[in-house]
Formats: sequence, structure tokens, C-alpha cells
Amino acid sequence: MRAVITVIGKDMVGILARVSAICADNGVNVVEVTQSILQDLFAMIMMVDISKSTIPFSELADKLTAIGEDMNLTVHVMHEDIFNSMHRI
Amino acid sequence: MVNSHDILETINMIDNENLDVRTITMGISLLDCVDSDIGKSCDKIYDKICRYAGNLVKTGEDISKEYGIPIIHKRIAVTPIAMIAAACPTKSPVHFAKTLDRAAKATGVNFIGGYSALVHKGFGPGDYALIESIPEALSETELVCSSVNIGTTKAGINMDAVAKMGVIVRKLAEMTADRDCIGPAKLVVFCNAPEDNPFMAGAFHGAGEPDCVINVGVSGPGVVRAALAKAGNCDITSVADIVKKTAFKITRMGQLVAREASRRLFVPFGIVDLSLAPTPAVGDSVAHILEEMGLESCGAHGTTAALALLNDAVKKGGIMASSHVGGLSGAFIPVTEDAGMIDAAKCGSLSITKLEAMTAVCSVGLDMIVVPGDTPAEIISAIIADEAAIGMVNSKTTAVRLIPAIGKKAGDELNFGGLLGSGPVMEVNRYSPLKFIRRGGRIPAPMQSLKN
Repeated sequence: MRAVITVIGKDMVGILARVSAICADNGVNVVEVTQSILQDLFAMIMMVDISKSTIPFSELADKLTAIGEDMNLTVHVMHEDIFNSMHRI
Repeated sequence: MVNSHDILETINMIDNENLDVRTITMGISLLDCVDSDIGKSCDKIYDKICRYAGNLVKTGEDISKEYGIPIIHKRIAVTPIAMIAAACPTKSPVHFAKTLDRAAKATGVNFIGGYSALVHKGFGPGDYALIESIPEALSETELVCSSVNIGTTKAGINMDAVAKMGVIVRKLAEMTADRDCIGPAKLVVFCNAPEDNPFMAGAFHGAGEPDCVINVGVSGPGVVRAALAKAGNCDITSVADIVKKTAFKITRMGQLVAREASRRLFVPFGIVDLSLAPTPAVGDSVAHILEEMGLESCGAHGTTAALALLNDAVKKGGIMASSHVGGLSGAFIPVTEDAGMIDAAKCGSLSITKLEAMTAVCSVGLDMIVVPGDTPAEIISAIIADEAAIGMVNSKTTAVRLIPAIGKKAGDELNFGGLLGSGPVMEVNRYSPLKFIRRGGRIPAPMQSLKN
């Protein structure tokens, strides 16, 4: 099972480090990372494998959202299927 | 890897354009709860609802968190209570309403629908008593919603029921006058009521439905408006295409949620209702879509045409995105629940007569319209009759949810708060339809050929 973590906001030092540290601590494997600019904002998209995650999905989401609040960034953690179903026939 | 543009588009839709799943509604049949002892029947109903829907709210919240999609409401729809109440004719059906309210609170859902009667051809056992009890039932409960079907294309319109409903709507408003007349906001009078509608206040679990079912209602007017704004100055063909593509994406999301909810709750998936359901929030308005198409204000000449296009394109886009569609499917135009409609009504651009024309081409009908507090029952009945006639002749669902604002007159405002919103009191035509309404009887079912 894979999930997509997105971080949107003003670019700053340590975003990737903090997000990936949480993933590593909880057995979540980072599969792919891309970065782009959306409306002058930094946008990082991280595909992660959560099949070996040591914590429930909702807890992972809460931890990552907390980082976002801490760094004034918008963090979303969403199951991959939402994008597959919305954008692929 | 999913395309990063697609990911950011979805997130933008949710964060900035109010994309959400409006409701997961569990339909529960209560036919096996019938008992001539009303106490026993109420116990069976309470137990069955709590047993089936005990995990509904939690499952909805889990799905919402996992997929990152806001799911605004979790609701329950039950078998029309008139069918259950028929077995205990000497007792007040209000007991059932209170049981439903208790069950809704125990399960944590936002609303429970089905305090309903289907009387399009006449009153069966239980029907009349239930309709008579609606004012008491809705004023003494919080979460119970009620609906009455007074006409169908195949049966015609029951004018006795139409006359009765005018009186009921008024009485309900009077009984809840101390609470901004909230009562009538929970009562819908239908023609051609769908049996699988997940939206309130008109949801009930039809007699042809399975024991339990999951229906999902999507939303997303803000997403459609934003897509049209991005497209700029294109022709109407392109407008229709953009609406279709957007509706497809919105509905796919609804289908995913419906499938997941159905799997986790071990309940069959029923339908996705392809609806653009507005909220009073800025950027979540159907009226603003029409204005984005090029109308200065909703209600201007051209509104009916724009709405017809929108309603049709939403269905065309959504139908391929879901394995089963149903319910009310289309664009909703509830006045008090739509920021653009509220503004249009306030500035005088939108009138009840224009809204009536709009209902001929869109989903539902005269919805959440505040009328003066001194509007007599027969005028409310006549508005219901007009609206039912539009539904009957055009083989579509129409509904009336009027709120007589007791003690207020045209130009004043009524404020419900929350998703029910607020709205100006709109004037009605004061010429009397009393003699017509008093006649009673039935309007015969219309011709299905010689369509002119």
C-alpha cells in the first residue's frame, strides 16, 4: 500500500529531513520524491510505501500534519488510490 | 508514479475549492421492525439502527483521514415510518420520531431521514396520522428529517395531500418560530421522490431497496467554478466539456469513498448521487458557476439555459465515473444554502417565479426558500402544486422546502446558521388560489406521448 505525502508552503531548511525522519522512525519507506513550484510556493511530493509502517495510517498522518503546523506548511498524507481514481480511467 | 500535476490539482481542489464528499448515507430497512405494540416496534428500530450504523461515523472519519478527503456528513435513511406506524394505528407516530432521534444521537450521525409517507395516489393506513404528526415530531426532535411524496408521473398529484401539506408546513413553522422557524427546513414535499436519495431532508429508504445499503452524495460547485474561471473566454461547447470533465473527477472520488465505506461496513454499495450541492461558504456556490458562465447575477435572463447546461453536463460527466448512479443527481439550488443565491435574492435579481422556471431544468426544486410569515397555507399548497406539476409532467423529481418566517415580511432575513445558511424573505404572489386548493381530488397522470 502506498501513500502520497505532499508539503506545500514557503521553502525552508530541513523540510525534507524532518518529513523523512518521521517516515524512517515508523518503518515507512520513501519510494520517490519530486519538487515543484505551485503559485510561487514550494511543493514537495513524496511517494511512500506504508505496507511495513509500524503505526496506523491516522497516527502517521497526525505526526506529519503536526510538523506542517510547526513549520507553517500544509502537509497532506493521502492514500495513493485517491489520485489514481480521480485522474485515470 | 502518479503525475505530480494531478496530485497538486487534487490538493488544490480540497484546500481552496471546497471539494468534499457531502454525505455517506446508510439506508436501513425497518420493515422487520413492524409490531402492533409500539413500544416493541420502537425498541426493534433503535436496536437495528444502532447495530447497523454503530460504526458508520467512525468508518467515515477513517476514510476521510486515510484519503485526505473531507466527508462532511454521515447520515441514516430509513423505511418511510408511515409503513411501520400503520401497524399501531391507535398510537401517535411521534414515538417513532423520538426513537429515530435517539438512535441518531447514539450513532453520532448528523441527520436521520425517513419520517415519511408516500401518498401520491391516496392515504394508506398510517399515512394520514404520520402527516398530521409532522409538526409535533419535527419540533420535538433535533435530527429527524421528514418527507412526503404527493405526486408521481405515473399516478398524478394527490391534491388532498397538497392542501394538507400547506397547513402542515405553516404549523411547523409556527411551532418552531422561537428557533428561527427551523422546522420546515427539515421537511420536503416531493413529486417523484427517489428511493435512494442520500441527501437531506428528503432521504428515505425505499421499499424496493435491500436491507441495508450505502449511498454517497458528492459535492463540488467550487471546483467547477474554478475550472471555468481557469478556462477563460471559451465557447459554450467548451464550457459543457469542462463541467463534464470536472464532474467526472468529483464523482470518481465519491465512487472511491462509497466503495471503501461499503467494504469496511460489510454493506452493499447502492449509488453515488452526482450532485453539485452548495454550502453557504464562499466559493461553494452553484449560483457562482452560473455567473462564471457570463451572467451578471443569478436570476438574470439566461439563468435557466445556463442551469440546464450545467445540470446535464454534471450528469454526463458523472455517469461514467460511477458504476451506479441515482438519488437526486444534478445541480441543487437551495437559496439559503448558497452564497450566490442569497446575494441574488437580496439584490432582487432572483425571484420565486424565476426559481420555479429553473427547477424545470435542474435537480430538485424550490429548496430552502424563505417566504413571508403571513403567507396563508393555501398559497404554500399552491406553490407545492405548481412545483409538483413541473415534476410530474417532465418525469423528474421536484421538491418544495419552503420556510414561512413567522413574524417577518419580505426583505427581512432569517438565519439558521451552519450548512442551512441564511436568507432574505422572498415575496410570493398574493392572489388567492384558495378555491382551487380546496377542491381536493387528484390531478390525473399526464400523457406520455404527444409531447409538446
